[in-house]
Amino acid sequence: MTIAPEDRQLGLPRLRKEDARLITGQTNWTDNIQQVGTLHVAFLRSPVAHARISGLDVSAAQEQPGVISVLTGADFGEEQGSLPCAWPVTEDMVLPEHPPMAVEEVRFVGEAVACVVARDPYTAVDALEMIDVDFEPLPAVLDMEAALTEDADLVHTAAGTNKAFVWPMSNGDVDAAFDGAEVVVTRRYRQQRLIPAAMEPRSVVCSPDGDTFTLWSATQIPHILRVMLAMTTGIPEQKIRVVAPDVGGGFGSKLQVTAEEVLTLLLAKRLNKPVKWTETRSEGFQTTHHGRDQIQDVSIAADADGRVRGLKVDLMADMGAYMMLVTPGVPLLGAFMYPGIYKMDAYAFSCTGVFTTKTPTDAYRGAGRPEATYAIERIMSELAHELGMDPMELRRRNWINHDEFPYTSIGGLTYDSGNYEAATARAMELFGYDALRAEQRARRERGDTVQLGLGISTYTEMCGLAPSRMLGGLSYGAGGWEHASVRMLPTGGVEVVTGTTPHGQGHVTAWSQIAADYLGVPFDDVQVLHGDTQVSPQGMDTYGSRSLVVGGTAVVEACGRVVEKARKLAAHMLEAAEGDVEFSNGRFRVRGTQEPSAGIQELALAAFTAHDLPEEMEASLNAEATFDPENFSYPHGTHLCAVEVDTATGRASIRSYVAVDDVGTAVNPLLVEGQVHGGLAQGIAQAMFEEAVHDAEGNLVTSTMADYLVPSAVDLPEFTTDRTETPAVTNPMGAKGVGEAGTIASTPAVVNAVVDALRPFGVDDVRMPCTPERIWRAMAQAGAGGDTAPGTPTSLAASSEESTAAGTTQTGETGGEGATQ
Amino acid sequence: MPHIRVTVDGVRYDDEIEARRLLTHYLRDTLGKVGTPIGCDTSNCGACTVLMDGMSAKSCSVLAVQADGHEITTVEGLASNGTWHPVQRAFHENHALQCGYCTPGMIMATLDLLQENLDPSDEEIREGLEGNLCRCTGYSNIVKAVRTAAAEIRAAESAPTVMTASGAEEVPRQAAGEPRRPMAKGGGTS
Repeated sequence: MTIAPEDRQLGLPRLRKEDARLITGQTNWTDNIQQVGTLHVAFLRSPVAHARISGLDVSAAQEQPGVISVLTGADFGEEQGSLPCAWPVTEDMVLPEHPPMAVEEVRFVGEAVACVVARDPYTAVDALEMIDVDFEPLPAVLDMEAALTEDADLVHTAAGTNKAFVWPMSNGDVDAAFDGAEVVVTRRYRQQRLIPAAMEPRSVVCSPDGDTFTLWSATQIPHILRVMLAMTTGIPEQKIRVVAPDVGGGFGSKLQVTAEEVLTLLLAKRLNKPVKWTETRSEGFQTTHHGRDQIQDVSIAADADGRVRGLKVDLMADMGAYMMLVTPGVPLLGAFMYPGIYKMDAYAFSCTGVFTTKTPTDAYRGAGRPEATYAIERIMSELAHELGMDPMELRRRNWINHDEFPYTSIGGLTYDSGNYEAATARAMELFGYDALRAEQRARRERGDTVQLGLGISTYTEMCGLAPSRMLGGLSYGAGGWEHASVRMLPTGGVEVVTGTTPHGQGHVTAWSQIAADYLGVPFDDVQVLHGDTQVSPQGMDTYGSRSLVVGGTAVVEACGRVVEKARKLAAHMLEAAEGDVEFSNGRFRVRGTQEPSAGIQELALAAFTAHDLPEEMEASLNAEATFDPENFSYPHGTHLCAVEVDTATGRASIRSYVAVDDVGTAVNPLLVEGQVHGGLAQGIAQAMFEEAVHDAEGNLVTSTMADYLVPSAVDLPEFTTDRTETPAVTNPMGAKGVGEAGTIASTPAVVNAVVDALRPFGVDDVRMPCTPERIWRAMAQAGAGGDTAPGTPTSLAASSEESTAAGTTQTGETGGEGATQ
Repeated sequence: MPHIRVTVDGVRYDDEIEARRLLTHYLRDTLGKVGTPIGCDTSNCGACTVLMDGMSAKSCSVLAVQADGHEITTVEGLASNGTWHPVQRAFHENHALQCGYCTPGMIMATLDLLQENLDPSDEEIREGLEGNLCRCTGYSNIVKAVRTAAAEIRAAESAPTVMTASGAEEVPRQAAGEPRRPMAKGGGTS
């Protein structure tokens, strides 16, 4: 499309400013940084899940040519501090010491025990071979339920328990809701452990300059990292500059303060040379935090007509071996979202955090909300099946109607806006729901080998993290505001400095559109600066679908302040009262006149020369703003998935996928669509392909991209996407956030479709990922009532056995019909 | 140390290197060709894909010594006199990249794909790019970009060519008589 200069920018599908460098290879990934004299570090990592370090001899490695230094955890000593956890969710939460390099004990495969610093990376890796470590094995703790038993082996002996915390919440009379219910459905769902797998491996470079340090890192959070590095190492914050250069994806995995970042900083300080570390992919899979890994026991109570009365959720969440930056808070981000878009009388939630000897878990795209949405959307479909009701009809009977907003959910959140009817109607139309149901019936009737299943997910999520006051209420260690400053340069150019830190989202383009509109300047005149604590000193960074909603709003507010400053100057120059001066399309005019006028870009020059400023006006139009949202934002949508399952082989393939999302106002529909596509890919990947699998000793067996199945182009379908637009009422643009929506919505849509296809075989669950083997076993067991497949503690039965074992359905108030499963 | 002579993006290099040094490390660390990133070290992700004598190769799985006597094209050598290659332009215009880390490999693999089949179906595009992983886009827009680039190149009535930085060499696969890999099913030829 042709875009005229005077076109309003908000809402236009502008092509990205970011692309030119990325498609020509003129990139600045952290690993590209090459400084003269750089030393390279390689880490020796534990090959066992749990052991005492009883001997460590680095002398031979130290003798290797080209090796500058070999250091152990003991060598770093007190200096290395303890890696921070910013979210102690309860007052009595167990928070073990977490030295960046293990000193006495290792608690997961991949934990660093020593490092070699050498003149080049090959030499460093070679020298690792020369280090002798004696590991005295301790029991691996791999299964969450076993870890909570009384005589369980302990991950942290000093803690005396593997139970990190119990965090309950409830609203309404849950017992009454369940006691009086005509139908109660209970299920156990397993959120498998996932590996975020950003394409760019983690990398960190630290360069000393006297007693100050510049640290480049492949991070989503340069600002938070700077604060935390100072708190962890004792190096004053003002002596540390953190830069996130080009960052190749994050998905939560780079929302972290890592051992390697701390240790690289300490090495640069100790050796007074630039030091660099870049992970290999297997090293990353073992040590970059994982996501999900929860067991969800869910019960829903309803009347015979389908009205939902109450919901109970009992969650076990695997923390892994240590508490990382927001590890314990991730499952609690889901706590508020289990009721989803539905009205009900009562809700009870409890989460138990459990330590195991595995890689720590932490935020992964959606962080708690995909798990919650999965549970409610799966069990709503199960409830519909029990009631013999169409799953969409059940949802209709329970969701919040568009005329009921704002609505305070039973989870305690006030949803500001939404229109579930509109999004659903559009999705049903695009999907051809009725025709597909007819085809499903026909296939069932003729006993077709290939069965068709339809899956629904009508989701909402909480985005725009977050109101600082609410974060405080949840014991989170920081605020949720975002900062922006807007600088009007003398030549008319505009610099927008943002505290958000993009890693693929397209902030430079979107923020340019925002500033262009609110200042009335050309899109190309706007330069967006970010990701460097020296350039952008204030920020809360990028995660939780917050950047546009919170950071974009800060840009809007800063632009507004620039305009007010310029209005004062314009009034002075036009010899009019300030109140009589109007601003539109970048020009100020006296109300009711066309000429003379003053353009905001010319006013910037007038402010710069300062020859004739009104009294008390400073020589600048620059302004800054910090926006702290009053509420989360609540995108929603309806996703529909049709899956064909070959019942002979168990292979499921997606035939069509429709996503209609309502993310409020879209600043750039092209970017929105891209975010939805990528989110869908990751949500579908959880449903069908990905799982971090450990063996019985606690080794990660999916430690390469050959074993951990990040989907390729052949594995994913074309997506049909559309939007409805119900603006948020809690920010001036009406934006809601889109980064996580696709991931949150799609996983249950796919699994609901798989299960729907297999209903004739008596299957009511397939454990994710729905691989051909799992589907085949689920069919074999449910249909023939056969034995469940044996499972290891960490690779549970590849089937629906948990649901057939633990899932019950009570019909009637007395439960007299008993379990039907 | 072994001695290699190699042409990279139109420039000739003559170097002594460790026998075990990977091509990708030679490109990045010795030549400073950091436009080619490393994603997995195990040839699964394809981020490091370059063209070796016009054929796509994952540079993390090729020794630099194996490149001796060969011509390497990286993403940095594609644009000609400041004009983007049609595949680069199509990636931009179809929003086929987000973080951009996979993009150099994706573009180089696309060149190889289009050399084999200048009118690929969506299915053939997906199969042709199976060796290149993207974590951001969900691939839909990549498929669209490849389709668009193919159409544009067809419309220009010329086989896709690999331009070196100097713009001097055009090496259509067929014209050069290179061995062909088995065609994706149903694929046409350029």
